Amino acid sequence: MTTEQKEDIIVKARGVTKVYTMGAEKIHALRGIDLDVRRGEYLSILGPSGSGKSTFFNMVGGLDRPTEGNVEVDGCCLRELNQKQLAWVRCHKMGYIFQSFNLIMTMTALENVALPRIFAGESPSEARDAAADILKTVGLGHRLTHLPSQVSGGQQQRIAIARALVNKPSIVLADEPTGNLDLHTGEEIINLLGELKSKLGITIITATHDMKMLSASDTVVWIKDGRADRVARKGEFEIAIGTIDGKTLA
Amino acid sequence: MQQQQQTIPEQQHVSWAVTLNVSWAGIKRRFFRSLITMSGVVLAIAFLTYMQVMNKIVQALVEARDPVLDAILQAAGVEIHEESSNDSIVLLIILSLLACFVGIVNSMLMSVTERIKEIGTLKCLGALDGFIVRSYFIESSVQGVAGTCLGCILGLIVSIVVAFSSYKGHVATHFPWGGIFNALLVSLLIGTLLSVSAAILPAYMAAKKQPVDAMRVEE
Ligand SMILES: Nc1ncnc2c1ncn2[C@@H]1O[C@H](COP(=O)(O)OP(=O)(O)O)[C@@H](O)[C@H]1O
Ligand SMILES: [Mg+2]
Repeated sequence: MTTEQKEDIIVKARGVTKVYTMGAEKIHALRGIDLDVRRGEYLSILGPSGSGKSTFFNMVGGLDRPTEGNVEVDGCCLRELNQKQLAWVRCHKMGYIFQSFNLIMTMTALENVALPRIFAGESPSEARDAAADILKTVGLGHRLTHLPSQVSGGQQQRIAIARALVNKPSIVLADEPTGNLDLHTGEEIINLLGELKSKLGITIITATHDMKMLSASDTVVWIKDGRADRVARKGEFEIAIGTIDGKTLA
Repeated sequence: MQQQQQTIPEQQHVSWAVTLNVSWAGIKRRFFRSLITMSGVVLAIAFLTYMQVMNKIVQALVEARDPVLDAILQAAGVEIHEESSNDSIVLLIILSLLACFVGIVNSMLMSVTERIKEIGTLKCLGALDGFIVRSYFIESSVQGVAGTCLGCILGLIVSIVVAFSSYKGHVATHFPWGGIFNALLVSLLIGTLLSVSAAILPAYMAAKKQPVDAMRVEE
């Protein structure tokens, strides 16, 4: 066995490039990203708006295909999968969390969270039992039959986290999960993600432009103009941020 | 050495029954909005039903061959002895059905545009194109059938009221039960076919939406 396998890399991105063509204009959103994500780590991608974080997410999450380069997830090359296999990967291996929560507004918390299990082939009643359990885990056991519009933003994001976790994915992708929340609620969500990571042994990849949201991270990657500018492990980035931001993290 | 490529299984389809179970939440909670969407169907089918039922009632009165009735019918302008030409009425019905068809296609397309994010999200959670098509299909069928039933009832009530006010109790004596039953059946069939077929194009367009669309933040 090679040393690479021993290190247990769950996401391996190599030379990932994305060019959007808008009429005659070509937008180079990603200019060749190489990145390894270790199993079980909490990796934050930090970069200003428009730096290509969401674009990179879409590639890792199997939501879009790179113009060039490869993404391997759990030893499986996303490029080689057909639509139905990609749907399987999205359903079983990935959990997505969005900035704007993306809950189905006509469905209750329970119905929202049950969806991934139903798509995985479980019966609706079994799926709802599992959904109730995971909603209790994120502290929403008392909001099962509420519609998203009947709970707060922070609670909506908790429902979304429960939905992302209900199929026991290996990777959770969270694109600016605190972008629509106030600072305090945002920190609660980040701490919840950090706790769940340790408890369930999942890998979390999250994007943010807010350095206050790095507290739970094991690794931070700076993205600039579609390139991975710098990588820092836990213990390194507090110092790094201190020098950039002029102040240390609380 | 190259790591061995795992074989990833293909995502399996969700059955019709489960799709209905999942779609039901949306159908139920969007019911009043759907009623507005379906108002075109209700009116077109009410018109179709009214025309048919009136026709059956008058026909029954004519066939009664009652001199008193004939006089009333003649006064109302009904041709008793000839096959009355109703080409223009048929044209009117076809036009109203066409308008209704275009109306459903249009409102379903709007609902697809409104729900791009929702469709993208469902695909992120593992939904296949087939699930999106089926759930749109179920939703529009349920709405179409509900709208058609309402239209039938409305058309029937109006035609009976109009018939009674023109021909009084004679309508009751010569009430064409069988004919009206057939007319309702025809309306129900046409309304359902119409709304289901109008939903096919929007459903396929909905399924084509990509999961990346869910990521885009619009507010
Ligand atoms: N669908 C798209 N079509 C065209 N350009 C896009 C599209 N999505 C993103 N871009 C462009 O790619 C760049 C990176 O965008 P994005 O990945 O959304 O950045 P971030 O998430 O870091 O804010 C931006 O310049 C953006 O305008
Ligand atoms: Mg973004």
